[in-house]
Amino acid sequence: MWTATPEPEQALAMSTDLSHPTTDHRANGGAPPDAGGSPDAGGTPDAGRTPAVMVDGLVKRYGELEAVRGIDFAVQGGETFGFLGPNGAGKSTTISMLCTLVQPSAGSARVAGHDVVRERDEVRRNIGLVFQDTTLDGYLSAEQNLRLHAELYGMPRGAVPERMRQVMEMVGLWERRASLVMTFSGGMKRRLEIARGLLHSPRVLFLDEPTVGLDPQTRSSIWNYISELKRDEDITIFLTTHYMDEAEYCDRIAIMDRGTIVALDTPEALKASVGTDRVQIQTEDDEAAIAALAERFAIEATVAEGAVTFGVPAGEQFVPRLFAELGQEIRSVNVSRPSLDDVFMSYTGTTIRDAEESGDTDRRRNMARMMSR
Amino acid sequence: MATETTTHTPTGQPARSAGGAPAKHVARVRVPARSLRSELRAIRVVWKRELIRFSRDRLRILTSLIQPFLFLFVLGTGIATLAKAGTHGVNFKTFIYPGVLCMAVMFTAMFSAASIVWDREFGFLREMMVAPVRRSSIVLGKVAGGATVAAFQGLIVIAIAGLVDIPYNLGLIAELFGLSLLVAFAITAFGVMFAARINQMQSFMALMQMVVMPMFFLSGAMFSVANLPQWLAVLNRLDPLTYAVEPMRRAIFSHIDVSPAARQALDPGITWFGWRVPTPLEVAVIAILGLIMLSVAIWEFSRAE
Repeated sequence: MWTATPEPEQALAMSTDLSHPTTDHRANGGAPPDAGGSPDAGGTPDAGRTPAVMVDGLVKRYGELEAVRGIDFAVQGGETFGFLGPNGAGKSTTISMLCTLVQPSAGSARVAGHDVVRERDEVRRNIGLVFQDTTLDGYLSAEQNLRLHAELYGMPRGAVPERMRQVMEMVGLWERRASLVMTFSGGMKRRLEIARGLLHSPRVLFLDEPTVGLDPQTRSSIWNYISELKRDEDITIFLTTHYMDEAEYCDRIAIMDRGTIVALDTPEALKASVGTDRVQIQTEDDEAAIAALAERFAIEATVAEGAVTFGVPAGEQFVPRLFAELGQEIRSVNVSRPSLDDVFMSYTGTTIRDAEESGDTDRRRNMARMMSR
Repeated sequence: MATETTTHTPTGQPARSAGGAPAKHVARVRVPARSLRSELRAIRVVWKRELIRFSRDRLRILTSLIQPFLFLFVLGTGIATLAKAGTHGVNFKTFIYPGVLCMAVMFTAMFSAASIVWDREFGFLREMMVAPVRRSSIVLGKVAGGATVAAFQGLIVIAIAGLVDIPYNLGLIAELFGLSLLVAFAITAFGVMFAARINQMQSFMALMQMVVMPMFFLSGAMFSVANLPQWLAVLNRLDPLTYAVEPMRRAIFSHIDVSPAARQALDPGITWFGWRVPTPLEVAVIAILGLIMLSVAIWEFSRAE
C-alpha cells in the first residue's frame, strides 16, 4: 500500500551522488532532492499548488526552555508527512503550534494556506486533529460526539448525516453509533477521534502520536484506515511519532531532536544516507574478533546485544570477505539494512530509545509537564 | 449559508476500499466562514450538551437535593419549636424556604461550572477550545447550560412549596422561578470564572466548600436581617445572595397571611446605611454581578493559549 521504493542498489547509488544527502531541511516548498524516489503524492499534481503546511523559522520558548529552536519545512498537498523523534524532542510542541493551540515565540507557519497566528479560525476550519489523549465526551454517544463536532464547526446541516455515516463506516463504528463512548475500548476511541477529525473534510489531518498505547492489531487497523483515507480523499496527513515502523508509512519524514530538525527526506533516502549496513557476528572470542576487524579491515566494532556489531557499506557483499579473511571462526552472521533508528543515531549519536532515557531527562520532563498544562 | 456539497471521485481508476468494493463517492463538505449564526449554533450545542449530561446523571439530581431538603425538613422542623416565639406565627420552614431554594440552585450551578474543570482534566475541553468558534461562545453556552439545569433543579424545590405552607400562586411561582434563574446565572458565571484558572477537581471542590456555604449562611437564609450585630450586618450586606433571598422572601410573604409584627421581625428588607433597598435594585445587583463575572470568565477563557 505504500509507494514504490527504489531498489537497494539504486538507493545507495543515489546517496553517493549527493554531497550532503539529507541535511538540507530547508526544503521550502521544494520536492526532496532525490527526485527519483519522490513519491506519487496521492495522484494529485502539486506543482504550483500552495504547500499544505509551510513553516519558517518557528521557535517556541517556555521561559528559559527552548522547546523548538527554529525549524523550516514545507509539506505538499496529499503528502503523508511524519515527525520522528524521541519524547521531548519538540514534536508535540510543533504540532500544537501548527494546530493553533500554542502561539509561536518567533517565526511563522502557514497551514492550509492561512497563517496560524493571524488567521487562526481559517486554519482551524481546514484542519482535523487527533490528539494523544482522548478528547471525547465519555458520557455522550459516538453519534452525539460527532454531532457536537459538526455544530461547533458550523457544518452545513444537510450534509451532516451523510458525512457522519461515511466517516463512521470508514472506521467501522457505524453499528456502535448510539453507544456511550465510555464503553469503548482505547482503539475504538482512537478510531472515533479519527472519524471526528475527518468529519468536516479538513485539508490537513494532524495526528499526534496516533497509535501510542494501542495494541499492534489496533495499530495496524488504524493505519489501514489512514491509507484508505489517502486513496479516497484529497487530504494531507501530518503525524508525529516515536515509532520507527510508523515513520516508514510516511512519504517524507523529518527527524527531530532537541528542538531542531536534523534530517528531512523520504524514509528510503534517509536510510540510504546512512551508507552502511549493520553486521552482527557471533564468535567464540569477541575481543579477538574486534581486534582482527580493526587490524585487517580497519573497522571499528563494538559488542552490542551479545554480538560483535559494526557498520559496513554493502554488507551482503562484505560477508564472503569476512568469512575468508577474518581468520576466526564465525558462528553466525546477521546483516540488516539501516533502519530509521540507525538514521537517527547517525545524525544524533544515540538511538531514539536512548535519547528518551538520556541525561536530558530533566529537560524532557519539564517539557512534558508544560505540555500537559 | 451556501451549502456546497461537491462529490469527488478519487483520481483515475476506481480505488478499492479494504473490502475490495469500489470506492464510494465521498461527499465533501465546506465549512463556511464564521458568522453570528455559526456562533449561535455553537452556543446552542454547548448548552444542549449540558442538558444531556444533566439528564443522564439522575444520581446527581437526587443527591444535590438532599442537603436542601435536610435543611428544610429536618433543621426547619427541629428549630421551629425553638423559634416559635420569634416568628410571630409564621411557619419557620416557610421562613427559611427562600434560602433553601437558593442553596439547591447554587449547588447545581457550581457543579455545572465544575464540569469545565472535569472536561479539562479529561481532555474534552480541548475539543471545544480547538474549534473555530469564539471562546465567548463556549463560555456563554456553558453559563446558559448551567443556569438552565440549576433553574430546573430549583423548579423541583418550587414544586414542593406546598409542603411548607406556600400557596401555588402562579404569580408567586413565576417570581420565585425568575429569581432562581437569576441566581443560577450568577452562580454559574461565578463558577465558570474560577474554572478558567483551576486545573484540578479537588481544588474546585475545595473552592465550592469555601464559598457556597458561607454565602448561604451570611445571606439571612436562616435568620432575619433585622437587629444583627454590626459585623454580621456588614457581611450580610456584602453577600450577593442576600439580594436574592430577600426578594424571594418578600414575594412569599406577600402571598401569605403575615401579621405586621411578623413582617417587621422577619422581613424588614435590606438597608444600606438606613436606606431601604427597593426590590428592583436588589435584582439589579445580582444581574450586574452576574454580568461582571461572565465578562471576566469570557476574558479568562480568551486569554488561555
